[in-house]
Amino acid sequence: MLRMLLRRLALGAITVAIVSIIIFSGVELLPGDACTAFLEREAKGKLLENCREAQGLNRGPIERYLDWAISAVQGDLGVSANGQKSITELVGNRLKNSLLLAASSLALGVPLAIFLGVITGLWRDRPIDLTLSTLAIFAMTIPEFVSATVLILVFSVWLGWLPGIVLTPAHAPAIEFFPEILLPVIVLTMVMTAHILRMVRSSVIEVMAGDYVQMATLKGVPYWRIVFRHALPNALLPAINVVALTVAWLLGGVVVIEVVFNYPGLGRMIIDSISDRDLPVVQAIALIVATVYVGVNLSADLLTMFANPRLRTLYMRRK
Amino acid sequence: MTITAGSRTQNRFTPIVQVLRDVVARPSGAIGLTLVCLHLILALISPMIVAYDYKATNSSMMLTGPDAAHWLGTDHLGRDVFTRVLLGGREALLVTGVATPIAVTWGGFLGILFGLVGGRIDEVLMRFVDAFLSLPWILKMLVLIVTFGTGVEVLIPTLAFFYGIPVIRIARAATHDVIARDFVSAARARGHGRMTIIWRELLPNVLDTLMVEGAMRWSWMLLAFSSLSFLGFGVSPPTPDWGLMIADARGFMSFAPWGVLGPVIALSSLIIGINLTADALAKALGIDRAQKAPV
Repeated sequence: MLRMLLRRLALGAITVAIVSIIIFSGVELLPGDACTAFLEREAKGKLLENCREAQGLNRGPIERYLDWAISAVQGDLGVSANGQKSITELVGNRLKNSLLLAASSLALGVPLAIFLGVITGLWRDRPIDLTLSTLAIFAMTIPEFVSATVLILVFSVWLGWLPGIVLTPAHAPAIEFFPEILLPVIVLTMVMTAHILRMVRSSVIEVMAGDYVQMATLKGVPYWRIVFRHALPNALLPAINVVALTVAWLLGGVVVIEVVFNYPGLGRMIIDSISDRDLPVVQAIALIVATVYVGVNLSADLLTMFANPRLRTLYMRRK
Repeated sequence: MTITAGSRTQNRFTPIVQVLRDVVARPSGAIGLTLVCLHLILALISPMIVAYDYKATNSSMMLTGPDAAHWLGTDHLGRDVFTRVLLGGREALLVTGVATPIAVTWGGFLGILFGLVGGRIDEVLMRFVDAFLSLPWILKMLVLIVTFGTGVEVLIPTLAFFYGIPVIRIARAATHDVIARDFVSAARARGHGRMTIIWRELLPNVLDTLMVEGAMRWSWMLLAFSSLSFLGFGVSPPTPDWGLMIADARGFMSFAPWGVLGPVIALSSLIIGINLTADALAKALGIDRAQKAPV
């Protein structure tokens, strides 16, 4: 058990290491560096050399990569190109805000998705299933900026119920984002619910067709007892992984939503720093996001494995 | 699923006509395919049928409401919105229409190859695939686009490259399902080479999955393409594009909502059409699409 845990952790760490190399070499391949971005038109001759000297950019790429990677592990993400500010500080508030957005959407979306997924699965091909499944396809495929725009038009412009834009500054405490955060949370929840719902639905259908459910039915076990005691625990297990993948998707999809709603999170920072060619910040955000992705997927894998006795023993026997 | 995996493998290439008939027989497939065909036809003929010049501005006609002359009113520069909506999908369809087959082909080939070869190389490649997938699509694309520009010649290879990576995974998994079958062992025993096995035994059996995957990739690419335009990193003005039009018209939507609604309906109907078709196709081929990840 412990060996498997360590193996998984090591694989996750390797993935993060590869990501960091991809990020670093990706940024390295781009024309220009932090100094040309900072100095802009004056980026030539002595001034450029001095700047590169000061930032340590005239060292070899491998040395700089190791330097960057080692300080990143220690929590120091370097300094931004234009502001000369610590990125760790700069990113901190934004990360907190993005996590607030993601956590609120998850808290709302996951229970809703499981509930609706079970309903559609149990009443397969009935009107309620057809309606919800079709709505789910709409919700998950229409681009976020489109559904966000339509919701702003309806709820903010026409009905005037909810604010359509976030004006709270990045460093404000979480509570002050209410009620501005509501519309972005609703948009994220819609997309997320749709993905998880479809997964839960197909999983419920599969489980309910299983031999042991038929056996229980033949033995005369009441329907709802079968559903709750026998079917659901098995059907919901795969949902853990989909929730994890959805969290990972949230990190990317959130970019567009943060721009639409002017939400001061990590996503908008990505766009801003890419437009400003603030490469150290781009590097840092990419690394954070990738680490969260790997971490969430890893936890989901482990959680599934511990929660499912069959997988647990299977895995132990194989290793 | 009504059609089991076993019955699918018996005929090597499921006849296209039969699959198509199966797709159209389902309400979702019929509606979806109609929407997609409508959009494709419109994209082809729209330059010939539009009544106005898409870039002709008119300062005396800014943000006017819908009327007989301008069915969807005019935008903030006095351009006819209906004309721009009709033309707004051409660029998107061109880019994604070329990039999708490329992505599915290279991703599918690598996936099948590494699924067959296995071993160390496979393990290493999958780590790289995982690493690439752990970066949000928007970040990867933006870095390339900001560097190399937003032209069609940049967008097509960029989309084709990044959207081919998840296909590797899908194709590899599908190959693993097929590879243990007797006919693959038989082909090996007959002494066929790797390429022959891929071409004659694996590809026909993985093709169904790749077709559904291709339809899905197409819709994700459209989503990415229009999101990029919306953010100002895609099509450059004055070329009409739905994402860009929505971004432009958003500021005026309190008093001129038609400028937003036109492109919203156009873009949504195309993407929904593709997905309904993909859904029907998956059901017709017996593939469970709901198990797929939202990447």
